[in-house]
Amino acid sequence: MNKTGNRIKLFIKYRDLFIQLVEKDLKLKYRRSFLGYLWSVLNPLMIMAIMVLVFQHMFRFSIENYPVYVLSGQVCFNFLSEATNQAMVSITGNAALLKKTYVPKYIFTLSKVTSSCVNLLFSLGALLIVLLICKVQITVYMLWLPAVLLQLYFFCLGIGLMLAAVNVFFRDIQYIYGAFLTAWMYMTPLFYPMDQIPEQVQWIIKHLNPLYFYVGQFRDVMLYQQMPGNLILLAGLAASALALAVGSAVFLKAKNSFILYI
Amino acid sequence: MKDDFVIEVKNATVRFNMASEKIDNLKEYFIKLVKKELMFKEFLALQDVNLKVRKGEAWGIIGTNGSGKSTLLKLICGILSPYKGSVSANGTIAPLIELGAGFDGELTARENIYLNGAVLGYSKRFMQEYFEEIVEFAELWDFLDMPIKNYSSGMAARLGFSIATVVRPDILICDEVLSVGDIAFQRKCERRMRDMLESGTTLLYVSHSIGSVQEICDHALWLERGREVMSGDIHTVTDEYLNKYDTQQV
Repeated sequence: MNKTGNRIKLFIKYRDLFIQLVEKDLKLKYRRSFLGYLWSVLNPLMIMAIMVLVFQHMFRFSIENYPVYVLSGQVCFNFLSEATNQAMVSITGNAALLKKTYVPKYIFTLSKVTSSCVNLLFSLGALLIVLLICKVQITVYMLWLPAVLLQLYFFCLGIGLMLAAVNVFFRDIQYIYGAFLTAWMYMTPLFYPMDQIPEQVQWIIKHLNPLYFYVGQFRDVMLYQQMPGNLILLAGLAASALALAVGSAVFLKAKNSFILYI
Repeated sequence: MKDDFVIEVKNATVRFNMASEKIDNLKEYFIKLVKKELMFKEFLALQDVNLKVRKGEAWGIIGTNGSGKSTLLKLICGILSPYKGSVSANGTIAPLIELGAGFDGELTARENIYLNGAVLGYSKRFMQEYFEEIVEFAELWDFLDMPIKNYSSGMAARLGFSIATVVRPDILICDEVLSVGDIAFQRKCERRMRDMLESGTTLLYVSHSIGSVQEICDHALWLERGREVMSGDIHTVTDEYLNKYDTQQV
């Protein structure tokens, strides 16, 4: 109890550091770019346009409102990929600082995931544009979106904490994770329709792929104008709770030996 | 509180893994694991070191390169944790182990002042209050909106010192940071440190310049290969230290 109290006190003391690290990431990302924050909207739009061209016109997937379908998958996956990749190097990348001053180490991981999340919020602007162009009805179900994103955020934070800790001891996890992410992308119906794939694989995706839980909920509320299904919501909550629990446990256990390896 | 020690290091031992090759990837880890070569070759950077510092005292830590001086400071700051023994420090610590360790080269000096302040645990509002004082002391008004990566190491160090000492900490920890600035700034830093000492700050100071240790400190701890050789009054310890190395040279 006392330990938790101390942790909370410590976080309050360093909350300004957390905020400033997030601000710094965002500032540096767009500094010296002519269009600045607009890139967060333009970039997903451009990728989406390519995806639509390739898959709707060349592979002829017939999905209603395909641009929205693609973009919602892409927004979720990009966040996952950016947040976890950045979180992975958040400890090793700040080695110089961690060797010279005492700072709660998880602040760096937390701030990377959070700044990626802010980028995700910007890219929702792109989604809004596409929703309007495709004349998708704007409904109250869209108010569920924060709940979906929160699950995804904590899921990514858990994975990020775990990767950050492991990366301190084994640097090649970066390459392994890179390959893993590619596989994960193809194992999630981001740009192809679910019914295009064999049923056994569908079963695996629906039950074992956490990213699908979030993309599925995302599409439920943004595209299909409905509440997220009970099962998928429960699965999403469970996956993010599990990821966060395992991630923080690994991180807390390893954090005192970081200094010997960075 | 049972006594008035602000820093208490009891039988502290710090252990590092000094395996002949450092393994930091999975492939090598598994190869070594299979070949059973995965050994942990330990290296004790500090062994059974004791240090008790009362409020307001100034301790110089002396010893040759690699004797564990910086390790001891990092231990007290909380950057390292002891393998054996215990360490306690009461009060706010301003660690000057490397000036400007929290600087981001891409950010301007102005932005870095806030960031570095946050690294030390100060809030943004607090830093706004002291902003002018920091820049004034560092004498860097003309370069405020320049990215730090274009600063010389001396300029960055001035800014770092100025940020770290803007508030009077209970414990000031200095690791040979003053050697980078020019002579005028070195004097200025020494003056500020002395002001702090007078107002009750406790100082731990590492330097290879015995002259400046004798000038600033009133106690000294002499480390050799991670072990304590001598500790106590500044002149007794430094005289013995100088004696040893002066006679060795002859």
